[in-house]
Amino acid sequence: MKIKEIVRLLEADVLTCENLLDSDVYSACGSDMMSDVLAFVKDQGVLLTGLLNQQVVRTAEMMDMRCIVFVRNKRPGQEVLSLAEENGIVLLATAERMYEACGRLYTAGLIGGCTKPANTD
Amino acid sequence: MDEQLIFRYEIDGSNFTSAGEASVSVKKKLRQLGFAPEIIRRVSIAMYEGEINMVIHAHGGKAEVVVKNDRIEIILDDHGPGIPNIDLAMQEGFSTAPDNIRSLGFGAGMGLPNMKRYTDTMAIQTELGVGTRITMTVNI
Ligand SMILES: Nc1ncnc2c1ncn2[C@@H]1O[C@H](COP(=O)(O)OP(=O)(O)OP(=O)(O)O)[C@@H](O)[C@H]1O
Ligand SMILES: [Mg+2]
Repeated sequence: MKIKEIVRLLEADVLTCENLLDSDVYSACGSDMMSDVLAFVKDQGVLLTGLLNQQVVRTAEMMDMRCIVFVRNKRPGQEVLSLAEENGIVLLATAERMYEACGRLYTAGLIGGCTKPANTD
Repeated sequence: MDEQLIFRYEIDGSNFTSAGEASVSVKKKLRQLGFAPEIIRRVSIAMYEGEINMVIHAHGGKAEVVVKNDRIEIILDDHGPGIPNIDLAMQEGFSTAPDNIRSLGFGAGMGLPNMKRYTDTMAIQTELGVGTRITMTVNI
């Protein structure tokens, strides 16, 4: 699935790296515990979270994830935006809650913890 | 003598917002050196978990990453409180992190087990009231 498809499905605002919306992601994971993300994720590509700190961006960077979605209309501060921009990570913000946001993406074919490309259309 | 490269970092224990900076820097350096993505990921995740632990449990410390011919070593040294029971600390889910740390996304008790999982060897030397030294290696 392309990141711009996630933007459409979640009616999300794009906060950083607009130039990377055509990148493909193959799976996703939703969590507010970073060590859980670091433990179980494999080539996920997208992290959905309710946390807004710099460790969210660093955790994504460690996992080679290319996109972070902030749920429940949360907006990160300038330091977080700069850090993501520096590392080439697309930040999105959606009004959806975690459960609904994950559900929408999953239903649209973005699978959980797997390396196999999802069928996008 | 092995040819080797050493990267050294001071980990600031008073400032949670910077926690993880050293690991991000190591990741960039290993990329420049051309290592395989899987190796880079394993080294940087293991170091990241250790770096965060030093900040939240041990008031910071020193980190050293040594790139050798056949392996990468990560050495994390702190003068924190030490770990009273290593077997317990290594269990998934065991954490002494306070609620304010949990609200920042840490304290699942997964860090040390993750470090073990992502590395080929891991050794913990610790003394109560003196500090903790964790040495990890990833074969390349
Ligand atoms: N450098 C350290 N100095 C002192 N105690 C430590 C250190 N590292 C870990 N510990 C102790 O071991 C416990 C388990 O560590 P671990 O990294 O597995 O979990 P955590 O840091 O509590 O949570 P998580 O890593 O999931 O965010 C910690 O809660 C802490 O009590
Ligand atoms: Mg930890």
